Amino acid sequence: MPKRTDLKNILLLGSGPIVIGQAAEFDYSGTQAVRALREEGYRVILINSNPATIMTDPDLADRTYIEPITPEWVERVIELERPDAILPTMGGQTALNVALELHDRGVLEKYGVELIGANARAIRTAENRSEFAKAMARIGLEVPHGGFARSLEDATRIVEDTEYPAIIRPSFTLGGTGGGIAYNREEFEGLVRAGIARSPINEVLIDRSVLGWKEYELEVMRDGADNVVVICSIENFDPMGVHTGDSVTVAPVQTLTDVEYQRMRDAAIAIIREVGVEAGGCNVQFAVDPATGEMLVVEMNPRVSRSSALASKATGYPIARIGAKLSVGYTLDELPNSITRTTPASFEPVLDYVVVKFPRFAFEKFAVADATLGVQMKAVGESMAIGRTFKQAWQKAIRALEIGRSGWEVGRTLADDRLNEETPEALRAALRHPTPERCFQMKRALLQGFTISEIAALTHVDPWFVAQLAELVGAERTYAALPEVGRAELLRMKRFGFSDDQLAKLRGESEADVRERRWSQRIHPVYNTVDTCAGEFPAHTPYLYSTYADENESERSERRKVVILGSGPNRIGQGVEFDYCCVQAALALREAGWETIMVNSNPETVSTDFDISDKLYFEPLTLEDVLEIVRLEQPEGVIVQLGGQTPLKLAGVLERLGVQILGTSVESIDRAEDRERFEELARRLGVTQPPNGNATSVDEAAEIAHRIGYPVLLRPSYVLGGRGMVIVYDEDTLRNYFERAASVSEERPVLVDRFLEDAFEADVDALCDGETVVIGGVMQHIEEAGVHSGDSACVLPPYLLRDQHIEEMREYTRRFALELGVVGLINVQYAVYDDRVYVLEVNSRASRTVPFVSKATGVPLARIASRLMLGERLADFDLPEHIPVHGVAVKEAVFPFNKIDVDPILGPEMRSTGEAMGVDDSFGMAFAKAQMSAGMDLPMEGSIIVTVHDRDKPTVVPIARRLHDMGFRLLASEGTARHLQARGIPCDRVFKVNEGRPNMVDLMISGEVGMLINTPLGKRSQYDDRAMRRAAIAHGVPYVTTMSAASAAADAISALRNRRREVRSIQERVAAAHADPLRPRTTTLAGAGGRG
Amino acid sequence: MAEAAILMLEDGRVFRGSRYGAPGVVFGEVVFNTSMTGYQEVLTDPSYAGQIVTMTYPLIGNYGANHEDQESAGPCVAGFVIHEAPPLHSNWRAEESLGAYLQRHRVVGITGVDQRALTRHIRSAGAMRGAIARADTDESELLRQIQAQPKMAGLDLSCGVSTVEPYTVPAVRAKRFDVLAFDLGVKSHSLKLLAERGCEVTVLPALTATEDIFGRDFDGLFISNGPGDPEAVGHVLETIRALADNDTPIFGICLGHQLIARAFGASTYKLLYGHRGGNHPVRRLADGAVEITAQNHGFAVQGDEDEIPGAADLRPTHINLNDRTIEGLEHRNKPIFSVQYHPESAPGPHDSRYLFDRLIEDMAARELASAHNA
Repeated sequence: MPKRTDLKNILLLGSGPIVIGQAAEFDYSGTQAVRALREEGYRVILINSNPATIMTDPDLADRTYIEPITPEWVERVIELERPDAILPTMGGQTALNVALELHDRGVLEKYGVELIGANARAIRTAENRSEFAKAMARIGLEVPHGGFARSLEDATRIVEDTEYPAIIRPSFTLGGTGGGIAYNREEFEGLVRAGIARSPINEVLIDRSVLGWKEYELEVMRDGADNVVVICSIENFDPMGVHTGDSVTVAPVQTLTDVEYQRMRDAAIAIIREVGVEAGGCNVQFAVDPATGEMLVVEMNPRVSRSSALASKATGYPIARIGAKLSVGYTLDELPNSITRTTPASFEPVLDYVVVKFPRFAFEKFAVADATLGVQMKAVGESMAIGRTFKQAWQKAIRALEIGRSGWEVGRTLADDRLNEETPEALRAALRHPTPERCFQMKRALLQGFTISEIAALTHVDPWFVAQLAELVGAERTYAALPEVGRAELLRMKRFGFSDDQLAKLRGESEADVRERRWSQRIHPVYNTVDTCAGEFPAHTPYLYSTYADENESERSERRKVVILGSGPNRIGQGVEFDYCCVQAALALREAGWETIMVNSNPETVSTDFDISDKLYFEPLTLEDVLEIVRLEQPEGVIVQLGGQTPLKLAGVLERLGVQILGTSVESIDRAEDRERFEELARRLGVTQPPNGNATSVDEAAEIAHRIGYPVLLRPSYVLGGRGMVIVYDEDTLRNYFERAASVSEERPVLVDRFLEDAFEADVDALCDGETVVIGGVMQHIEEAGVHSGDSACVLPPYLLRDQHIEEMREYTRRFALELGVVGLINVQYAVYDDRVYVLEVNSRASRTVPFVSKATGVPLARIASRLMLGERLADFDLPEHIPVHGVAVKEAVFPFNKIDVDPILGPEMRSTGEAMGVDDSFGMAFAKAQMSAGMDLPMEGSIIVTVHDRDKPTVVPIARRLHDMGFRLLASEGTARHLQARGIPCDRVFKVNEGRPNMVDLMISGEVGMLINTPLGKRSQYDDRAMRRAAIAHGVPYVTTMSAASAAADAISALRNRRREVRSIQERVAAAHADPLRPRTTTLAGAGGRG
Repeated sequence: MAEAAILMLEDGRVFRGSRYGAPGVVFGEVVFNTSMTGYQEVLTDPSYAGQIVTMTYPLIGNYGANHEDQESAGPCVAGFVIHEAPPLHSNWRAEESLGAYLQRHRVVGITGVDQRALTRHIRSAGAMRGAIARADTDESELLRQIQAQPKMAGLDLSCGVSTVEPYTVPAVRAKRFDVLAFDLGVKSHSLKLLAERGCEVTVLPALTATEDIFGRDFDGLFISNGPGDPEAVGHVLETIRALADNDTPIFGICLGHQLIARAFGASTYKLLYGHRGGNHPVRRLADGAVEITAQNHGFAVQGDEDEIPGAADLRPTHINLNDRTIEGLEHRNKPIFSVQYHPESAPGPHDSRYLFDRLIEDMAARELASAHNA
């Protein structure tokens, strides 16, 4: 069937801000889908509130709405754009839920909009667990027994059959939010109550426990002619009980015979048919009893997913792209395999390599959180590695994680491996509980002589995997004991995936020693192609991975080429925004005639789509791996300033080894990063810094703090995302910090800055070609100083800063850029304190806010920056001196507190996973949109709890008055109530948690509170505060923890009540603001797919 | 460390590895199979007689070996090439490691080979003769021996793998039909699928004479897959033509398909490197549906989706979407059909098992017709 001609306009729903369980993979899939549909001539309208994405680039869709993805706002877009169809399968659970709700509310019918990809019935059957169980029964498949409960009584009846441990899964939540494993009645009741509350339909599923069973996934696609293919099979290293997003996963399946695999395949095909996905893809998860082979269907997602992104990268089969084409009527056999080009997409990829995905966690950011892995996902990112063998891929995936391990190696300390002691008993106890460090505990156990079967029994990891790991331990022993390392021995270790650094440690050498020996023996990796067909047909797409084998397939071209280093696994502090920058560079440089070579290890991202660059090396971003690629490709240079800290960390050593770093010099980067040199620089340029010092010992830190005065901000150097940063108010806390949390030494100095309390902060992003500077934007933080810039909401243009200060910031930024000789991007952070501008830090690299500024202004900063790095001048781009913003753009951070149970108070250490953007004509409405996109459902009426620290009481008065005037009922703690009442603001006193009942938490649980305004009340009432904030999160009550956010929330509520809710595409906003200076010179992203 | 071994090709290219399975020197046509699962079924598929099979998936032996996943009495391959065997296999049905299984069945293999480089070589240079031997073998002497081996083209290998005596596979549950199966190297799954559909199957040696067949009482004929060059297998053609005159339902697979084609005038040719794996897309011309198929063949029937030259009575029913070769055909007015691929699919996807039902339908239709006539 050819494509449908009755459709003209298609609305694609994005997934919104990055949260745990719904991350960059939807940018990858959505971007592919938009490009695939535009290629076919459809007009594509996109809605997504996440500015840090490629998909929201103004060049990608015909119309891009950066608006909240809620039924109400999507309806506005439908009303305005009148699409013929909605493709809801590319935006995760968010998009499916919204699509279903629009269907149920009759909006789709009203505007005559059709759901394509998956219809309402299919979505409901797959998503509603009871419908799904019925569907499975119809086709003779079993699901884990159990039942559905809408009350604790129902649940208790069910668990009598299933027995403990029982799995509780709330219906229709994302990434398993609110789910858990209950080992006893008490845990069970807690989880059931919370789960019913979290589920949008107030329903939980009680599953029979299949803990310890083997877990598998299949990615399936079906076209409108009922052709079905299985794209990829995945076997989880971790057993059932660990969320698949938190599991190490392996493609293809390893331990199933063909009989068992085909049975699973038959089941998956029957499932996609029965659920009724008419043209698109789905993911099916299975549990298999390792003792008997009994197979159960765990779940099915009728959309692209984290796994489909992984499967696409693992096989070279672009699932989202093909899915989008199927949704408009094509059949699989009408579409070409984009890698072989000569064979059709109606086939099943075969691999001649092994793929391993490792999850990346952020528990270092949440020291008190429970790191036990369960049915609710906790990982914030992932690395993927491709190797000829499992062992190679396993080691590469770990070194790609950037967790301080050069492969599968135990931590330097027991604590690194989450152990207190290393007795066999302690290890046994640890191995029973899945944590991010369990695979390293397994290594310790193997080193101690635990048997494969004992480890397999303790962990429920299949003995096949354990034996592979044991082989690595054996190889290490042999290698370490060699009298001399010959070529054969070294080659054997490289084939086992060991990095030079690992090998160095085994024999007390340096990484450079091993590298030199290896090079002198001419041992280099070869690069093989991911070709979908195991070599059966020629591949036309250079999508490459390294291995140690006979034939290198990566041919160096004669073209001028540039290597772009990506940002590795997503983590808090280094997310999709850096991938955005790398992709922008790849596209801009390709179009400027360069051969672009991308290196990255993150399967979720657009940058690792083989369509984006001329060549893609799916490799870890370590010195060894990058050096080998540079050696082979001989590029003109390497771009390190766009991928965040990951490539930046490599810049110095790459340069020392003779690699050309493009753009701002390593020397300049260092001059801004090195605290002492930076101080000298700031002084020379006449820019004031907060008083500060550089400490190399605890005593020195205390001495500096004493000299400059408390409070002080402590931060380790060379970190991103405020890792380890704290504000301390006295010496005891300072000393305690070093004892508990941070090491300080000559090599790892700690910076001690005077903390400017209640200052306002601002970020400036600018471009420089070495001679001229263009300011991209000045953003004012909404939260006051002390909150990490990545966690603070911010607004562009600034709304409370004085013009004189803004002008000073622009001027200082120019001075820094020119003095540092920046070629590319620079980001400077300022604070305004006591009517004076202070510089806090300068980063001569792309910042987190680059995509936000680019979306707000329409100026593609990263694209221009990449071209500056290759010699073009700013004058070539015809940029205005003042880049205008049409309206107001607000960025709000999104936090993982509903997944990771910690106190949601903001501080200098960044903890947000993503961001949302709101754009409108007024600050209030822009802020309101950003809040809604971030999941904060601001109240329009009802009650608001106010309970603030004494020092915030003066500030809260006008805010409370506004809320009261708008008709809200104010509920306050005793102290706050007295303060407000004394100033003539009516409010009712309510109990704090320890004062009696019903207290504030009870009121939130019973749904009587529309918002919580709470600033930390100090140590005394810490317990109270935390209980309240946690209750707010658990029950979806919007909360603010700073006065400035409270004020902004009042603005937002006022705007929502008084102004018309309007949507406007960013293309229109930008056109209204100014003509796009790049437009005549750039190819659109949508057109960049075709190669050659 | 296992003893060093080599795989040498007739063009002189040598791949190094170490011994896997039994010791010894073996010769055969070197081919590759892209299935990621099902190595035991591949090893025991009689169509691989005379061939050294390379698995493109690098990790082979992961789930060990068992007594159930056998497509014939034992391994039929001439030799086996893999990249890596695991230190430990794991599966609830496993009874021994693959290495032990190969040793027990005296299959000579080699591991540690850059199987991708080998595959790419065969893909461009074609399937060719080769040998697995110890690494200390005199390589020029080995090359001479390889070149002295017969080429696959022109070889009739089916007699070597066929049953010597006829035997019967009883129908599962109630018997509906009697089916004769020409064993040119039949896979046990074909027989199993027939038996499950109510057929009592009498399996006949490849050289069974036409008269012998006519002496039997049966409802349909199944012609199996098998090794070798279809041009070299003449004796079955006469039987096919004779039964066609009689309107007997006939179903052929792989070599059986090629023989049916030849019986009605079509010719066959050798593909450069063949189709071996479990992911080949085949279009069913009747309704355009795509089947993902299991394949194992080095020869194909001349023609395209429009016609089969020399065989006006036949029409193509299935084509391969990768290279547009003929994958299935039927007689224009007789109940005879055949496919080049393996609908019994062990290993491989089950998309095409409906073809066994078609034979049943053809036999039922004939039964009905003769009841009418009676």
